[in-house]
Amino acid sequence: MNFLEKLLALDRRIIFLFIAIAVALPLFFTVKLHIEVTPVVRNLHNAMEALPPGSKVLVSLDYDPGSMPELQPMAESFFRYCFMRDLKIIIIGLWPNGPIQANSALEVILNEPDIKKKNPKYGIDYVNLGYTAGNEVVIERMGSDIPVTFPKDYSGNKTEDLPLMKGVKNFNNIDFVYNLSAGYPGTVEWVLFGVDPYKIKLGAGNTAVQAPQIYPYLNSGQLVGLLGGMKGGAEFEIATGKPAKAVKFMFSQSVSHALICFFILIGNFAYFATRKKKGA
Amino acid sequence: MRREVPLAITAIVGFALIIVYFIPHPPFNHSRDFFEDLFFIIAAFAIWLGCLNLLKVNADKVYLKKKGWPFSIVVWFGFFLMVIVGFWEGRGFMNPGTTFYYLYDKLYYPLNATMFSILAFFVASASYRAFRARNKEATILLIAALFVMLGRVPFGYYLSSWLPEGWRLGNITDWIMDFPQTAAQRAIMIGIALGIVSSSLRVLLGLERTFASGE
Repeated sequence: MNFLEKLLALDRRIIFLFIAIAVALPLFFTVKLHIEVTPVVRNLHNAMEALPPGSKVLVSLDYDPGSMPELQPMAESFFRYCFMRDLKIIIIGLWPNGPIQANSALEVILNEPDIKKKNPKYGIDYVNLGYTAGNEVVIERMGSDIPVTFPKDYSGNKTEDLPLMKGVKNFNNIDFVYNLSAGYPGTVEWVLFGVDPYKIKLGAGNTAVQAPQIYPYLNSGQLVGLLGGMKGGAEFEIATGKPAKAVKFMFSQSVSHALICFFILIGNFAYFATRKKKGA
Repeated sequence: MRREVPLAITAIVGFALIIVYFIPHPPFNHSRDFFEDLFFIIAAFAIWLGCLNLLKVNADKVYLKKKGWPFSIVVWFGFFLMVIVGFWEGRGFMNPGTTFYYLYDKLYYPLNATMFSILAFFVASASYRAFRARNKEATILLIAALFVMLGRVPFGYYLSSWLPEGWRLGNITDWIMDFPQTAAQRAIMIGIALGIVSSSLRVLLGLERTFASGE
């Protein structure tokens, strides 16, 4: 077996080792990378910039810890942006883990010095209404009555008693909806059952693997903007002027993408070289 | 009767929901709310059903000593640990600072994230073995994948920053995502939508009966 044939039959554990190094090692370095803000992210940021302070923003966290590396930085940067701009946050989850993921992000953001100065209060500046089972039907029901769909917040307080929820009956009283999605139910359901019947203004953050599925909704104008994967999250952080986790993680993603491309290229080189040899 | 009653309920509820979707005004919107509330009740029971099923499947595995049965004991232990801690802490059990939150944050969170992150290793290994330019179609796919993978990270910018604006990897990636990719997605979506409409109509009209008969 010559070198090329050995290369073709490379033990997958060697690939695993290279990937582990490519992912883990860059996390220990802080490298300033050039990250351009693409139009799909710029549009989402512009739509949010247009909201006056005090606007009510509904955030639906539809993911679990499996998608946390990509979506949690998006949740954190979004909450940070809302608090800095005095936007009121209403959190829900179509996935059972969503509301607790929100808590996790809030725990980080509320301890940042800039946000501490603002001193956001639960019930006045943000609420977490928790999870209701029912997938897309939850979105449908919110269109007619949000307090009926979420009668209590996730701590057990009556939704109608929360100061932030006074006067919030349905989507007519919500200025912007932001969805973080890792699958079903998620952005597709928000477009079908929220945007089309109730004309809500929707922005979304998706895992990189799901983002391509969402592009048709961007071009049709049903979605104002999209953060696709960690790159989208990093672009949003750059757009808001607060580079954070996603920007930091981009170095790791850059190196691992480059390594996978390198493996694909040498795999193809070895494949064609051995085929040529066999043909000859 | 065992067949006709479920078919009749399906047809009545299905057509009623279609009507209320397209006429969102009184009195139809009230019936929509009623149906949605019924759905919530069913969904809540489905969660219980799912939990009981999980416990039963894993109990069977332990009882019959099937392959990997010790993991089923871990499932039972984890399930009851979270349930007991959650009930014990009562209201606000998911708040930061609670034992439930601690278990979620320090145990479930990293375990779940680890399971998903293993994908990166398999994707890399599979790409190396399977991503070959064997024919014209595979070559196009391979080139597009390389452009997107490099164009979606800052590394792509450094590789192509010397090129004129519009020809850089990032621009090519945006073009691939906006046009060929979106066109293919649209075609798939339209196909799926037509399939859903036709199969739903078959169910509502009683032509498709397998769901009611268990066949």
